Amino acid sequence: MTQDMTPLLNVTNLSISFGGLRAVDDFDITVKKGQLYGLIGPNGAGKTTVFNLLTGVYRPDVGKIFLEDENITNMKTMDINKAGVGRTFQNIRLFKKLTVLDNVKVGLHNRFHYSTLEGIFRLPRYRSIEKIMNEEAYKLLKVFDLENEADYLAGNLPYGKQRKLEIARTLATNPKLLLLDEPAAGMNPNETKDLMKTIRFVRDEFDMTILLIEHDMKLVAGICEELTVLNFGKVLMSGETNAVLNDSRVITAYLGED
Amino acid sequence: MSFINYVINGLSLGSIYAIIALGYTMVYGIARMLNFAHGDVIMVGAFTVFFGVSMQGLNPIAAVFVSIAICITLGVTIEFIAYRPLRGAASSLVVLITAIGVSYFLQNLALLIFGANTKSFTSMVPINPVRLAGGEIVISGETIMTILSCIIIMISLTAFIKKTKPGQAMLAVSEDKGAAQLMGINVNGTISLTFAIGSGLAAIAGILLCSAYPSLSPYTGSMPGIKAFIAAVFGGIGSIPGALIGGILLGVIEILGRAYISSQLADVIVFMVLIIVLLVKPTGLLGRKLQEKV
Repeated sequence: MTQDMTPLLNVTNLSISFGGLRAVDDFDITVKKGQLYGLIGPNGAGKTTVFNLLTGVYRPDVGKIFLEDENITNMKTMDINKAGVGRTFQNIRLFKKLTVLDNVKVGLHNRFHYSTLEGIFRLPRYRSIEKIMNEEAYKLLKVFDLENEADYLAGNLPYGKQRKLEIARTLATNPKLLLLDEPAAGMNPNETKDLMKTIRFVRDEFDMTILLIEHDMKLVAGICEELTVLNFGKVLMSGETNAVLNDSRVITAYLGED
Repeated sequence: MSFINYVINGLSLGSIYAIIALGYTMVYGIARMLNFAHGDVIMVGAFTVFFGVSMQGLNPIAAVFVSIAICITLGVTIEFIAYRPLRGAASSLVVLITAIGVSYFLQNLALLIFGANTKSFTSMVPINPVRLAGGEIVISGETIMTILSCIIIMISLTAFIKKTKPGQAMLAVSEDKGAAQLMGINVNGTISLTFAIGSGLAAIAGILLCSAYPSLSPYTGSMPGIKAFIAAVFGGIGSIPGALIGGILLGVIEILGRAYISSQLADVIVFMVLIIVLLVKPTGLLGRKLQEKV
């Protein structure tokens, strides 16, 4: 695995309050290129809020978010996606009434363009671009072993495949950084094992940098190289996975004090 | 034989309702709002053609295209000025009331510009009536044109939505705005496009309506607008085939009610049917079930 030292994601002093509640307080994180990085913490610690800040769903009160050299702090969600941040959701948010293929094609929208009029009148550019989009989408589906279900409605896929499709759809947007929000939520141990393989595969195959939120400690310990622990909106500690998981402060945060 | 004539007239009126209902149903499906100004866009479309042809001596076909262009501009502008700033407002009631305000604004603006007296609209349809069964069944040129337009619009709209990028973006936005945004889809642009399509169709509907029922006043769009809204709800708001089925059924029921029961009570019958359908199936004929979030 190749890891150079350029930070891909660099977040400093990130904070946001909802009413009187400081949901995220002075959050820092540095994720290097090619890393598999975990963001963990007890329920309500503010992990998903961090993801929402990173993707522009919320605007931070203070703090800076850099993707490589680009300041993406106050950019619009769709522009942050264009800049190279893709994400999945805790509760799967596929377009359930679109086919599996079309879900991936929606992810490709940013990269391929033709005008509405060309679409209405089916001009040559419409045809050629749709053809390329279909090919690209099939390539991704093949990688995730979904090509036989291309014409199914996404909502009809089994759960584990929906998770995979969500990752495929996000990869279609061509991200540099992939944010996975509790990818193993609701999975049985076998599906989780399969998912771990998929995540590693995505990192190696697509040269991806991955930041993931997860509660399943087996998965975290199994694939993450570094961790940041969030507790009550604050960073409790960051570091190499084993060191973090064995730290008494982290264990206390999860299990409470004796 | 007169029954068949009534049904054909009903199909024609229903096709107009269906074309208008598309505007309601698409905007609702994608922006989750009821655009009550939609009916008045119809009126603007008809007035544009009326003035283009009778005052400026424009070629009727050119006038139709000008009218479509003006309505598209109007629809997109209304969305940009009046509705977009309210997106994400705490209550959807705010947008609804704004839409009603825009509707009154358009009506009164038309009153100011065009005056209150009803103008007689010359039909834009150059097709001769067709007589069948020894002259007992008469199909007017307007009817043929209207039903044809409705079929063409339905087919091309469905193809557009199913097979093109902007169409897929519309479906994605209608299902999950947040996720669509995170996939890099321009949600505002997609909503503008929806308004553009709906308003362009409203112009066509306005011209067809005034060709079949040739009187034009600033209030011309309001009743058909409401009826088309009912058609959309009737068929299941948010569903495109629903708009077609709802519109056609409503048109046929209205004309048959007028012919066989009472012409004064025709509207009452239409509204009663709506109430009964909603009592039995609250989401409309093709409406999807509301998902319960746990």
